[in-house]
Amino acid sequence: MTAATNRYFGSPVLRNEDAPLLTGAAMFVDDIDFPDMLHVAFLRSPHAHARIEKIDTTATQKCDGVVAVFTADDLGAFWAPSPLVVPPPPIEDLVFNQRTQTPLARDVVRYVGEPVALVVAENRYLAEDALDRIVVDYDPLPVAAELEPSAQVDAPMVHDVRGNVAAEVRQVKGDYNLAKNNADVVIARRFLYEHGLAQPIETRGIVARWDTKAEHLSVWAATQTPTSLHGGLAQLMGLGSHQIRVVAPFVGGGFGSKLLMYYPEELMVPWAARELGSSLKWIEDRSEHFVATSQERGQIHDAEIAVSQDGKILGLKDVFLHDNGAYNPYGLTVPINSQCAVLGPYVVPAYDSSFKAIFTNKPIVAPFRGAGRQHGVFVIERLLDIAARQLGIDRVEIRRRNLIPSDAFPYKNGIMFQDFTELQYDSGNYLPILERTLEIIGYESFVRDEQPILRAEGKCVGIGVVCYVEGTGIGPYEGAKVQVDPSGRVHVATGIGTQGQSHFTSFAQIAADLLGVAVDEVDVTTGDTDQFGWGAGTFASRGAVVAGNAVHEACSAVREKILNLAAEHFECSSQQLSIENGAVQTLDRPDQSITIGELAVLANPMRGAVKPGTEPGLQATRYFGPEAGTTASGAHAMIVEVDRETMMVKILKYVVVHDCGTPINPMVVEGQIHGGVAQGIGNAFYEKVMYDDAGQIMNATLADYLIPTSMDVPVIELDHIETPSTMNPLGIKGVGEAGAIPVAPAFAQAVEDALGIAEGGFEILEIPLSPNRLWELAEGGTQ
Amino acid sequence: MKPAPFRYAAPRSIEELLALKAEHGDDAKFLAGGQSLIPTMNFRLAQPAVLLDLNTLPDQNFIVETSSGGVRIGALVRHSDIETSETIARSHPLAHEAIRFVAHPQIRNRGTLCGNLAHADPASEMPAVMLALGGRFHARSAVSDRWIDASDFFLSIFTTALEENEMLCEVEMPPLPPGSGTCFLEVSRRPGDFAMMGVATVVSLDEAGRCAEARIAYCSAGETPLLAPGVAASLAGEEPDETALLNAARQAAEEIDPPGNVHLTSAYQKHLVAVLTGRALRTAFARANTNASQ
Amino acid sequence: MLEELVTVSTVVNGKHYRRIVEPRLLLSDFIRHDLGLTGTHVGCEHGVCGACTILVDEKPVRACLMFTPQADGHAIETVEGLAEENGELHPLQEAFRDKHGLQCGFCTPGILMTMKAFIAQHPAATEGEIREALSGNLCRCTGYQNIVEAVKLAVSRIGGSS
Repeated sequence: MTAATNRYFGSPVLRNEDAPLLTGAAMFVDDIDFPDMLHVAFLRSPHAHARIEKIDTTATQKCDGVVAVFTADDLGAFWAPSPLVVPPPPIEDLVFNQRTQTPLARDVVRYVGEPVALVVAENRYLAEDALDRIVVDYDPLPVAAELEPSAQVDAPMVHDVRGNVAAEVRQVKGDYNLAKNNADVVIARRFLYEHGLAQPIETRGIVARWDTKAEHLSVWAATQTPTSLHGGLAQLMGLGSHQIRVVAPFVGGGFGSKLLMYYPEELMVPWAARELGSSLKWIEDRSEHFVATSQERGQIHDAEIAVSQDGKILGLKDVFLHDNGAYNPYGLTVPINSQCAVLGPYVVPAYDSSFKAIFTNKPIVAPFRGAGRQHGVFVIERLLDIAARQLGIDRVEIRRRNLIPSDAFPYKNGIMFQDFTELQYDSGNYLPILERTLEIIGYESFVRDEQPILRAEGKCVGIGVVCYVEGTGIGPYEGAKVQVDPSGRVHVATGIGTQGQSHFTSFAQIAADLLGVAVDEVDVTTGDTDQFGWGAGTFASRGAVVAGNAVHEACSAVREKILNLAAEHFECSSQQLSIENGAVQTLDRPDQSITIGELAVLANPMRGAVKPGTEPGLQATRYFGPEAGTTASGAHAMIVEVDRETMMVKILKYVVVHDCGTPINPMVVEGQIHGGVAQGIGNAFYEKVMYDDAGQIMNATLADYLIPTSMDVPVIELDHIETPSTMNPLGIKGVGEAGAIPVAPAFAQAVEDALGIAEGGFEILEIPLSPNRLWELAEGGTQ
Repeated sequence: MKPAPFRYAAPRSIEELLALKAEHGDDAKFLAGGQSLIPTMNFRLAQPAVLLDLNTLPDQNFIVETSSGGVRIGALVRHSDIETSETIARSHPLAHEAIRFVAHPQIRNRGTLCGNLAHADPASEMPAVMLALGGRFHARSAVSDRWIDASDFFLSIFTTALEENEMLCEVEMPPLPPGSGTCFLEVSRRPGDFAMMGVATVVSLDEAGRCAEARIAYCSAGETPLLAPGVAASLAGEEPDETALLNAARQAAEEIDPPGNVHLTSAYQKHLVAVLTGRALRTAFARANTNASQ
Repeated sequence: MLEELVTVSTVVNGKHYRRIVEPRLLLSDFIRHDLGLTGTHVGCEHGVCGACTILVDEKPVRACLMFTPQADGHAIETVEGLAEENGELHPLQEAFRDKHGLQCGFCTPGILMTMKAFIAQHPAATEGEIREALSGNLCRCTGYQNIVEAVKLAVSRIGGSS
């Protein structure tokens, strides 16, 4: 068997999917239209916590164009708490109180925005008109809004659990108390970290069509997990898996917000479609996105670090509260990620971490790009900065002294990760990443030469450097089906969807290399359960790693079939054959070749006999399930200038050095990092969702929730180190979230530096910041 | 977020427009640029039963110099027209400077100056500009026709002196005193956002180089754009050196009492008042100096 | 004089349309659903995100902040009108592909229309001017860097060929 080429793998190949996106031809869920399509609007609770006494929908009967109105009472057995999507990991003594959401609220509403009724009308305008005519009698109940008060034993109960405990988890390794006793310095601080809302430019949406004659349900949804939605709908609607097709068309960004199951809307719209025997469409508007879609919010960490005089970490302790929101279908993914992220890329001999996830009367918390890692990375990076300052050690040097050495891999961390396996870093080479980052940002010369000069001129400039790791590419598995068509084009189908990650190109690159075709001769289908029905979805930076490897396996199998069949056809050894330009070529016999399309025809005879055990066609389906995740890593550095009077911050320079193993497409990798950093900057300085005591969102518009614009994101200078993954044959690691994860602690460090923390400025222990908040802190304000 | 239903008219003359407004009173709202009205309607915060569209009225997009050197601006003049107007750049650089802070080009291509002024969002830039300029507002209804001074026009948040059925059909920017210097400054979180604090200032120097007159107006500082007459009075007759500017800044922070909002504390806004007052006055006086020497 | 339904005549991408609509129909919905031109996307319906940006009489505006009757008598251009009739892409579209200026592609049509108008007015735009002109369009995927590079490339290509 001759080896495949590496013509495309690792190259910045331009994207296959761009033409339809650039011309407006690409189909997003709201672009779908059927002649009989009706439109859905949801009536949502205006209260964060209330009993529903009565819902009166009679006035809607007089509304133009209204076809139906449904409440929980119409649902019969369909009304039930949704299945738990992510069970808690098997950590000893873990407490988990499962309370999941229902398709529509009945008796009680637990967050502003919880769906209470559904209107079906001829168009969305008329549906919204009808919403205004529904009268609901609410009996408001006390609200558990703010995190820490909600955790008190006598706080208003969101469910039936005292102190609103959704979960209690403790993970321990080594002996922290011993470490503390042996330490020369112990730093203890309270950190407040809030992550925000994903705010993809495309909101959520779903189209469902019930074909009464065929007894078949078709669903198009802006979802990151069409396969799981398919399985869930089949189960909950009592349908066979063959009776449902779920398609995730082009999706306009996800970042975790299109992952939750089961969104009430994604159950109700299919249910109502079947009920009415028609096609229905619901498109979330931006107002709804603030309340109806999962988000991340805050954690409060009381953390301490025990260090020796030379800055070596002896132990870490962390006790934190995590704002869970009203329901917990997504289990403990976010806080467990936080818990694991505190360890960072460092040697931490002793660790004692416990958290309580707390129910609050606010929307569900589920992953948003980074999925809780941000919170943990902020804790460790800030503790190191503070320790460095107290010990009189340079803050980069303290990191050097604690990085896991390159000969220590695979590195076991001694606690459990979100994928239910022990947290293990498979491979890594952290010191060169840090050094390269320092080189590009010009750390030495900035600190030694430029900063003093600029300061003398009255400018407040500062530099921040942080390190991080990111667990990526976790299981359970993904799959791919690859097939060569008689046309010679290759079709790759996989279960995951696409929200901009360039799967139509990166998977085509893998296929093109193995099957000897051009990258634009490969058609990739993602997210259509009729084409491929198995998989978990795009989250946790796993798409390229897991599905990419499945594509690789399937293509390898097809390659073998091609060469074997050609060898049979030419009556020679497959060793003498190669595949180039879409045809099998014979070494030393240029006249002897056959296109893979012709072979595909030969492989599928319409008559005659075949050998027993033969599979027809040039096709293969393969699955890939890694033993564990694979750990990417990197460092971020930035130089900022602060206007001391207004506390506006300008980022002058931004550097990322990243290690995601062997990249399939470096251009795509860089784009992912750019986007991640932009979201990280939003998290650090712009994006804060604000709730009042009654659980109402105070800034539910894009004018008030501030997503960074082109003027707020600097040019990002990138470099890469490649330490291949040992968890998959392609050696690749995920990269989707990396850009977003460590931005906030780098920002905090740089701003502290700019404002002269070394000379007695203030500490930054919270995120997000703002000019107003920086000014308050400078004036002596407290948390 | 779809608006509630309404009936619609696109009259061909101002008289027709005003007659319809008189007929429907508070049930009817004017639609000019729509950049403030339509979002509130999409949120269903406003649900007018009748919308009267100005955009088909003839002869309303004028920018003309008056004989005294002022400028009259018609009801359909878009913010982008002001941005590209050579007349305004020459005669009222304050407006030219401020207009670029109004939202983004896509909004400025539709939004009208008169519509923005009549909407009276206290965070809007142009009301403060008009206040600093001492502008005049022409209000017409089916039965009335009057001019209102800027200082009498803005009453409260989203509330102006326009009475029921009156339309703001044009505004006039009076000529700047000779040897004036102006400056508009604002601090906002992102470009195009409403100001955290904004200041519009017009100053002029006497022959001795002392401040002859100063008008300083703020946006995002209260329920309406606000003048700081106390600061202006303190500056009059003084040499605008660093000490005077520092005092002016300090005094402004005492005179102006911003309320704060969900995003900002009043203390921080007050601090910005001081910072921006100093910076804006410094630039305005420097420009006045340059203009005086020309 | 007051109407519950309005007749609207408009030219979109050079083609004449005449429809009777409820006056409250947002222009963004009219373009997308009545005319079937779904390339213009809706992101917020309050004029902030810019995904719905189209050209009206050659000027970029938010389609979500116009009622359909306001398009009567005006010429509209959407992303579907950018490429040539024969499918040849506009230099902006080519440059976006060459520089990986899009990921999910949802904000892209609004940005293309904004930039088309911008570079027509500023054929020698600098990187800083491009970045500022972009600030009224939100992108959540790219961090804007490659978008700026793409527009720069388009400017140089168009300038080079003129």
